Amino acid sequence: MGHYVPHTDAEIAAMLEFLGLESLDDLYAHIPGAIRLAGGLDVEPGAAETDVLAAVGALADANRPAVGGLVSFAGFGAYEHELPAVVPALAMRSEFVTSYTPYQPELSQGVLQALFEYQTMVCALFGLDVANASLYDAASATVEALNLAAAATKRKLAWISQAVHPNIREVVRTLTGPRLELREAPVVDGRTQWPDELGEAAALLVSYPNVLGCLEDIPDAARRAHDAGALLVAQSDPVAAGLLRSVGSLGADVAVGEGQPFGTPLGFGGPYVGLFATRQASYVRRWLPGRLVGETLDADGRRAFVLTLSTREQHIRRAEASSNVCTNQTLIAIAAAIHLSWLGPQGLRELALRCARGARYTREQLLRIPGVEPAVSAPTVYEFALRTPVPAATVLERLAEEGYLGGVELASHYPELGEAILLAVTETRTRAEVDDFATAFEKALR
Amino acid sequence: MSRTQDVPSVLTGPSGGQAWSASVLGRHHEPVVFELSSPGRRAWSFRDTGMPDWDIDALVPAEHLADEPPALPEVSERDLVAHVSRLTQRNYSVDLGAYPLGSCTMKYNPKLCDDAASIPGLTGVHPAQPAEQTQGWLRLLVELEDVLCRVTGMAAATLQPAAGAQGELTGLLLMRAWHAANGSTRTKVLIPDSAHGTNPASVTLAGYEAVEVPSDARGLVDLAAFRELVDEDVAGLMLTNPNTLGLFETDIVEIAGLVHEVGGLLYYDGANLNAILGEVRPGDMGFDIVHMNLHKTFAVPHGGGGPGAGPVAVAPRLVDFLPGPRPALDPGTNRFVLTTPPRSIGRIHGWHGNALALARAYAYIRANGGDGLRFVAQAAVLNARYLKERLRDVFDFPYDEPCMHEFVASASNVKRASGVKALDLAKRLIEEGFHPPTMYFPLIVDEALMVEPTETESPQTVEALAQAFERVVAEAKADRGAAARAAPRTTPVSRVDEVLAAKQLRLRWTRTE
Repeated sequence: MGHYVPHTDAEIAAMLEFLGLESLDDLYAHIPGAIRLAGGLDVEPGAAETDVLAAVGALADANRPAVGGLVSFAGFGAYEHELPAVVPALAMRSEFVTSYTPYQPELSQGVLQALFEYQTMVCALFGLDVANASLYDAASATVEALNLAAAATKRKLAWISQAVHPNIREVVRTLTGPRLELREAPVVDGRTQWPDELGEAAALLVSYPNVLGCLEDIPDAARRAHDAGALLVAQSDPVAAGLLRSVGSLGADVAVGEGQPFGTPLGFGGPYVGLFATRQASYVRRWLPGRLVGETLDADGRRAFVLTLSTREQHIRRAEASSNVCTNQTLIAIAAAIHLSWLGPQGLRELALRCARGARYTREQLLRIPGVEPAVSAPTVYEFALRTPVPAATVLERLAEEGYLGGVELASHYPELGEAILLAVTETRTRAEVDDFATAFEKALR
Repeated sequence: MSRTQDVPSVLTGPSGGQAWSASVLGRHHEPVVFELSSPGRRAWSFRDTGMPDWDIDALVPAEHLADEPPALPEVSERDLVAHVSRLTQRNYSVDLGAYPLGSCTMKYNPKLCDDAASIPGLTGVHPAQPAEQTQGWLRLLVELEDVLCRVTGMAAATLQPAAGAQGELTGLLLMRAWHAANGSTRTKVLIPDSAHGTNPASVTLAGYEAVEVPSDARGLVDLAAFRELVDEDVAGLMLTNPNTLGLFETDIVEIAGLVHEVGGLLYYDGANLNAILGEVRPGDMGFDIVHMNLHKTFAVPHGGGGPGAGPVAVAPRLVDFLPGPRPALDPGTNRFVLTTPPRSIGRIHGWHGNALALARAYAYIRANGGDGLRFVAQAAVLNARYLKERLRDVFDFPYDEPCMHEFVASASNVKRASGVKALDLAKRLIEEGFHPPTMYFPLIVDEALMVEPTETESPQTVEALAQAFERVVAEAKADRGAAARAAPRTTPVSRVDEVLAAKQLRLRWTRTE
């Protein structure tokens, strides 16, 4: 027990003697006896490192991982990508892993500068001016974006496209429920149908591409939002951003996204990193959520970096608080920045292009199978939905028996699409894998 | 009376946690990665997958296609590695030395947990895979939930919250849902004046009004004032225990009784859970909702500010309100499934929480075991109690009850004697090879220095920290703060201008610079 407590018995005795105490138990003598825990915790005794790793390894063996086990065509907000060796080698450096929020800038220039570089890259991805040092994930970034819009417009109504990921919509409902009024705009054939009357809206929330992989009309959404005096919040896929016009250039006021594709494994859903950027606007100084790193000088006139606008965090102590976030996902943000630096502009374009080519090829192969048809007709990039002539759940079960994670079943979220499967294809899939998958897919329909 | 002379010799000597030998090459600034960029240079490569090489124009409709990809840096892999490696050398960390940052529990993060969370059978699982394919993950989460409930004395927990602040909001939404289910609309949540800044913000986001509870001369909840504040409009009380002064709220049973009497709930902010593992449980104190910071108590590394994990455990009457989906064992099939409680407040996280952070905590708990966790708490309190006693004549201690895992000193005596502020002392401590304590928090202490040595620092390190404080304060009194105000001079940059940063608000690199 206590592998990581360095104290020897002699040292404990000396410290207790110095304090005038008899035993470790005396450290808690002032706590009322009635609530003291008699007999310690009812938790198994400690184990040696090898045994712990064996136990966790046995749990890992009870999974059928999408990566390294199955051949995966699942996306739905979490994506398998190649991980360049430099990313874990650098991002897992213990100076990053075992430091805390850089409260002491003189001791934290490494983390601060890495985050400053990250902020610059997020601005580039989204075509916007100001990015924060990250939020927990796409869902939390979306929540914060809507809170920002509500604070900036002093309104409470948010219109949410039903083609925003259903889990994110649910998180938004849970976390903003006490304060905001949420209404959903329906999806027709893969695209959001905004109502003509938006009312006193604070925000419109749209995804680009959306959860069905489809390309929305962002300029139209921006016009509608701005005509109504609302902000357009666009959840932007940062991989597709290698090909697509930035949501900022198309009129979005706030962009959010999931940074997982850059340097972070699927990991059963976390930790990921929420990308967040906005325009240089009057609300930034007061309402921008999360940590911010700014450039400055040290006492000798050298460039330095520091957490800034921390007085803004005073708002989190007040009744008007629009955010309670006081940390970020530094480590995952740094991994993303390293991966994006490794890719560069051409590498990111190549990555997105390879995803798009793989998806087009896969889609074509599957659509040759009798009975398989597109679930929607709007254009897609690297994720798409297909309708199957037998229940989607059955198809996916049969594919799993053949070693495939054949996508994600959509019926529980979008019953109007019928028996539909959402598939994503990234640069990791080979033509040979897709050909074999198409064969298995056809067999699974019989 | 100085206790320096009383220190037993076994507690002195070279210290493993004093980092003043840390080498940093040069004092030039490191270029921003964009400044290392050269057009056309590349690090990337992809394998040939055999896919048709269709043109971009054939794949993306023209109105959606960007002329140019995003303006990212163009660097070689070698330059990227060198750049980031140099950045790491410009950063302090627990792995370098002691990090007595109060309230943050910067303990050593066992490498075992890194290994456990890197197992491909865990990292490679997609969060939308069906339960049949994720039995190992679900079992891990169920077992972690069980042990967290044993540690806190609670009935069930959600592992979804990604951080402590998200856990706070989750807990308050549970409170709100419970009152709503009982047909009760209440407007107020009570919070001590020593509380973490996120507490009132979370209260506001949950749709409540935060009402401040004053501390008394002991630094504990002022019971008389508290009685006045408790009424049937109170949804609940948020309390950290030990509180942010590092003091145990010894009246907790009475406090809990008062809140429960009016139908309110007690929320436990688990920021300081490390002090009481195996000694006393929030559930036994009367708390109904408990959030834990796994990145503090259970050694998930802080990662420069995240990711962490902030699970929330609840008493039996709140289980039906927990966020879904929840991993659970189906006794009928003996398989693990995902279920949503009947009156769930809804999802908090996009998926299942920060799963790989949860796996680290799981490994940490299994390595320590029940007895080990208790020893963790005892050693954490012992280190803090010892250090506080060593500094008795160095600083003021406005709240001088026995401390738990941390204590708050006031440098107001130094400021009176020499005009030197806590901030300057903290910067000077850096030159002594230590990360400074938390400064100016809690707000109820002037010139506050909040010190949390944690259990993983050896007695020699704690003693070296005491001696460093002594030297720094003695020097400040002798030179009227000249050295402290010039500090730090041993770091890659000297004192950083925070005012300029806020004024110019330069948040990204631009080519025109």
